[in-house]
Amino acid sequence: MLARDDAAARLGLAPGLPVSKAQAMVKGLIVIEGDPAADAQALDRLAIWAQRRYAPLVAPDPPDGLMIEVAGSAHLFGGEEALMCDLAERLAAAGFAARIAIAPSYGAAHALARFGPPPAVAIGPKGLAPALSPLPVASLRLPVDMVAALSRLGFDTVGELAAAPRGSLAHRFGDLVLTRLDQAFARVAEPFEPVEAPERLAVRRNFAEPIGAPETLARYTGKLVEALCAELDARSLGARRLDLFFHRVDNRIEAVRIGTAKPVREVKRLTRLLVERIERVDPGFGIEKMVLAASVAEPLGYRALTSLLDVQAPDVSDLIDTLANRIGRAGQVYRPAATVSELPERAVARIAPLAPATAKSWPTEWPRPSRLLDPPERIETMALLPDHPPAFFTWRGVRRRVARADGPERLFGEWWRSDAEMEAVRDYFCVEDDGGERFWLYRAGDGEDPASGAQDWFIHGIFG
Amino acid sequence: MPANPALDQLRQRIRRIEAGARPSRGGLAFGLDVLDRRLPAGGLQLGALHEVAGGGNGAVHGAAAALFAAGIMARTQGPVLWCVTRRDLFAPALAQAGLHPDRIIFAEVGDEKTVLACFEEGLRHGGLGGVVGEVAKLSITASRRLQLAAEGSGALGIAIRRWRRATEAADFGQPTASATRWRISALPSAPLPVPGVGRARWLVELIRARAAA
Repeated sequence: MLARDDAAARLGLAPGLPVSKAQAMVKGLIVIEGDPAADAQALDRLAIWAQRRYAPLVAPDPPDGLMIEVAGSAHLFGGEEALMCDLAERLAAAGFAARIAIAPSYGAAHALARFGPPPAVAIGPKGLAPALSPLPVASLRLPVDMVAALSRLGFDTVGELAAAPRGSLAHRFGDLVLTRLDQAFARVAEPFEPVEAPERLAVRRNFAEPIGAPETLARYTGKLVEALCAELDARSLGARRLDLFFHRVDNRIEAVRIGTAKPVREVKRLTRLLVERIERVDPGFGIEKMVLAASVAEPLGYRALTSLLDVQAPDVSDLIDTLANRIGRAGQVYRPAATVSELPERAVARIAPLAPATAKSWPTEWPRPSRLLDPPERIETMALLPDHPPAFFTWRGVRRRVARADGPERLFGEWWRSDAEMEAVRDYFCVEDDGGERFWLYRAGDGEDPASGAQDWFIHGIFG
Repeated sequence: MPANPALDQLRQRIRRIEAGARPSRGGLAFGLDVLDRRLPAGGLQLGALHEVAGGGNGAVHGAAAALFAAGIMARTQGPVLWCVTRRDLFAPALAQAGLHPDRIIFAEVGDEKTVLACFEEGLRHGGLGGVVGEVAKLSITASRRLQLAAEGSGALGIAIRRWRRATEAADFGQPTASATRWRISALPSAPLPVPGVGRARWLVELIRARAAA
């Protein structure tokens, strides 16, 4: 028996059990023939998917793991936590049960993903030792008989093993124990053979002498981009995503990734986007090989020039790419677009910056504030019901007398969105205080019917 | 100091060389003589950086300053990049000031350093009509970079200065490389014969104008 599902686990079946014995224990057991070759292929496919989506450096870790080097790309997802959430959600949607760990070393991540707290954990360099110490010795990727031998000697956890004198461990069990320990505690680096999608377009360059100066890296990046663009041109493709790998002399691979909003094969523009990221690359003792791969490419044909007299709209797609690669997912580049909703929170949709012009704007009959508070802030007021603006209101500890007011502008809940909004009403007032500052206030409710709202007052915006 | 004709000649030549490298892009006139005649370009200098802040509480929320910037950007040609860290700008109000949503590209970023980087990137690009950036701190070095980027491309740059607290607005007195510096404060609206809020009025202060007569 190689693997089991949750139901089988509840019945007490464990991998390693002979099938005949399992069938004797459980009546009507469903047995599926194992196919390690197909499993390995599926793992490779999953690795290629992860490479396209998450990070340039991904390797399958048979029989049941994936290693993803997220150091250079977690910021694109808004941090490691966000990346883990995204990965977990997508794997769950695809029907995989997965456990995820992010750690400073591959050994530690491997151990934590299998023996750490489920379903996901992320630790930094400081949390490494406390997180690893309580794990069982089996988490260190040691042969089964060695784990058994260690256990006979009383070593049950990684912490106990790490505290033992190194000399006698090496003498008794060989170098492997120490190597695994060092790898887990990020004291030595571990080589990494990333998966390569078979159809991806790549150009490479080997260096007889390792290079390391930033200017040299930039120059060869330019040459690689030139070569790749020639390849892309021959296939009428444009790059949507480029990965640049730096193979260091000490067997580590550094990678940078850039994305573009539209397919591109302009040498200058791609070079510029890549060179901006090179400063993050640590060349170590030197780089002996550079590989540039177009991991996502899309068809890009030629475009006919229109009449010379036409005024072309300026092309800002390169600027959008530069901004998007710089900001990552910590922010967003977008264009506002009008929606049909009356409610201010829903009036603005975010569309892609290069989307075609909508030519739609918002209605202009009613004044709208230039700063919208999200969420609206509750204020203390003194107002006559049902339809008078407040005479005073207190916001953020400042009491203001209302000198002038306009309103109410009644906005109704959108019953087609939720039942709770069926009766909901907001009465908006535009008020001006003694100093001339203008605010947008509203009362949740129509001032009479409790079903329409709690009759509390809020400030929703500030007029310019 | 006695006038030295040779030195004067030299100064004039240097001025010509500088002017040749940075062509004057002209100004965007307000159409208000009281403002335009005080500005060296006869209006807001294009290809330059301008600073706007709100007065009083406006230093924190910058509502009037944003409308002022939107009204100016509405009169430029091409897309407008608007870089912010806080997400409180309400696009329908900008549309009411004349800036159509199709022309606005928002860049929402995590910190002010990135705002400045995006601001500069936008000014350098050349395809934009203008760039607005909302920042609290604007050092002389940062503003000089922005000013140079704007000079190179001819785009109009407006830095909206807004701070976390009104007391931090004293920072607005620090020197920067911007061409003009404005403060916009809300005034009581125009009186109406009936109850209600009249037309919004501002106190517009031109605090600094480089090379003004």
